[in-house]
Amino acid sequence: MDEPLTEQAPLTILIADDSDTDRLILGKLISRQGHQVVGAVDGQDAIEKFEQHQPHMVLLDVMMPRLDGMAAAREIKRLAGERLVPIIFLTSISDAKTLASCLESGGDDFMSKPYNRVILEAKVKAFNRMRLMHRTLSEQRDLISERNRQLLSEQQVAKRVFDNVAHSGCLDSPNLRYHASPLSLFNGDVLFACPRPAGGMHILIGDFTGHGLPAAIGAMPVAEIFYGMTSKGFGCGDVLREINQKLKRILPTGMFCCAVFIQADFHLNQLRVWNGGLPDAYLQRHSGERLVLPSSHLPLGVLSTERFAADVDVIRTEPGDALFVATDGLIEAEAPNGQMFGEERLVTALDDHRGSEAIFQSVLNAARVFAGDRELQDDFTVFCLEMVDEEALDQLPDRLLPSALTGPSDWQCDYELNDTTLGKFNPLPLLLHICMEVPGLRRRAGEVYTLLSELYTNGLEHGILKLPSAWKNSPEGFGQYYAERERRMAAIEGHHLRFSLSHRPSADGGCLTIRCRDSGEGFDYQHLMAKRPDDHQYAGRGIMLLRQLSTSLRFLGKGNEVEVVYDWQYG
Amino acid sequence: MVDKPHLDEEALAELRDVMEDEFDVLIETYLSDSADRINTLHRALVAEDNEMFTKSIHSFKGSSINIGAPLLGELCLRAECAGRNGHLDEAGQVLDRIESEFRTVSDLFQRLLNA
Repeated sequence: MDEPLTEQAPLTILIADDSDTDRLILGKLISRQGHQVVGAVDGQDAIEKFEQHQPHMVLLDVMMPRLDGMAAAREIKRLAGERLVPIIFLTSISDAKTLASCLESGGDDFMSKPYNRVILEAKVKAFNRMRLMHRTLSEQRDLISERNRQLLSEQQVAKRVFDNVAHSGCLDSPNLRYHASPLSLFNGDVLFACPRPAGGMHILIGDFTGHGLPAAIGAMPVAEIFYGMTSKGFGCGDVLREINQKLKRILPTGMFCCAVFIQADFHLNQLRVWNGGLPDAYLQRHSGERLVLPSSHLPLGVLSTERFAADVDVIRTEPGDALFVATDGLIEAEAPNGQMFGEERLVTALDDHRGSEAIFQSVLNAARVFAGDRELQDDFTVFCLEMVDEEALDQLPDRLLPSALTGPSDWQCDYELNDTTLGKFNPLPLLLHICMEVPGLRRRAGEVYTLLSELYTNGLEHGILKLPSAWKNSPEGFGQYYAERERRMAAIEGHHLRFSLSHRPSADGGCLTIRCRDSGEGFDYQHLMAKRPDDHQYAGRGIMLLRQLSTSLRFLGKGNEVEVVYDWQYG
Repeated sequence: MVDKPHLDEEALAELRDVMEDEFDVLIETYLSDSADRINTLHRALVAEDNEMFTKSIHSFKGSSINIGAPLLGELCLRAECAGRNGHLDEAGQVLDRIESEFRTVSDLFQRLLNA
């Protein structure tokens, strides 16, 4: 049956009355208003005619043989289902109780005899308006629920695409714990972890402004940049700057990403933490001491590249120290009485717990207990990282795809950095990239990166900046070392650092030779080389590592040039 | 109650206006239906079927009011009340008056139709 779309369109109206006279009069009144009339002689007949003609409105006599009006009304309402089919009772009864039970049985109104045509016409019009409004509402409700279903299924698809770009990286490392809701992406939360080529990892916990698709869409480029640059050996500062620049360019004003960026170095046992707009992060040391790492930057995507600062807190750690980060959804989690979880409860939950597992469980339990009967709103991300001995993490997933076996294998190049560039530019990703062009060498990216970065650090920090490595032996000196490094970096003058790389193929691999010469004064390397390899003073570890990885390690000239030879086989 | 007229002229004028050329059919339908109803009412009284009596008189009342026969409607209401209260004797007495009023109304309608 076609539904009349406007108030003016003719309706089909069922009139059930056992009195032929009444039916005649009413039928005439209705048809004179331009509607189609279907007549029924009793309640049972009314139900049958209703099913047959699907009328828009029903006028029902109360007392009828076979089935009375009230029973017919109940059945008609049932048959109409979600459709609103107004039922008007025709009655000469005036006692309140009977009239009330007419309405209870599903009637919408009464008409009393004798019929007044003006009132009848007004009622039919009024109920038709109500009927149309009801239908519009139902349609809109169905539309909304269909849209919502569509949105959810689109989100699932988007999530799958996103997961391909922003795979979980190394989030399943044994020293990481995290909680993120299944569709956290659409809360604007992101959590990435990626191993660095030379060991250690980068972690990004982000919280985009807003919800839904707009919040999720910014996550894609962030993931691309984060995984791409980290795998290529870029440090946290470079990755942060790149992400910030990208978000600044693509996000509309007022949209940004609060984030904590962590560069964990298990070999040096240190953390670099950048907090831009997320709640305080906490380093819970295994000694029980707690270091608060508050936000000291604006979120990503706010400042232009020139004004963006990627400086980080460098923190010396020990195995067992745990870093805890959560997005603001945790602190804002509500109890049944509307109270928020808050920082105080979070800090209490951190107290007296050591290690990422214990801390993580303690915080989540506290939040769940706090939320009580009220289901914990799952719109936050909680992350905990534990510092461990490097050896414990040997099994970090290797995400690098094997490269095709074509490319340069017999070559040599020189690369020299001077003065201000030395202070500003990290050449390691570029150098690593050159080496990775060698067919098959990509599988050894970690080792090659370590060689490059140790030589670079040695040449820059000790050779040129003349920072005494002994400083790093005490916690106070550690801080002093990095403060001084930054100061001296800014004032480099008349210096250069020269890398000479060469590669020769061999039957089952190749031989990479890296020389790094700095413009510094050199040092007494005879003394250092005499040290036993197991002498594990902190600053000696760089040399130890170079020795372990390479076939040979030589200091040349006055100690300002180091050469390592790295023989490798296809593995 | 006796002050109610046999026919409500104003209501009839309106009905005639509404029904147009079906006015005659309406009146004839009413008259034949009502004759049937009176027979039914008698049968109900004989059978002492209170429910049948009440339902039937209720319908009769409704159509009489609608057709513009207020006095007949009023008498039907009285009979319906008596029937509802179980006073079939009283209802029977009222039914006699209903029959006589119906004859009057029938005559008036016939005259109206022949006019």
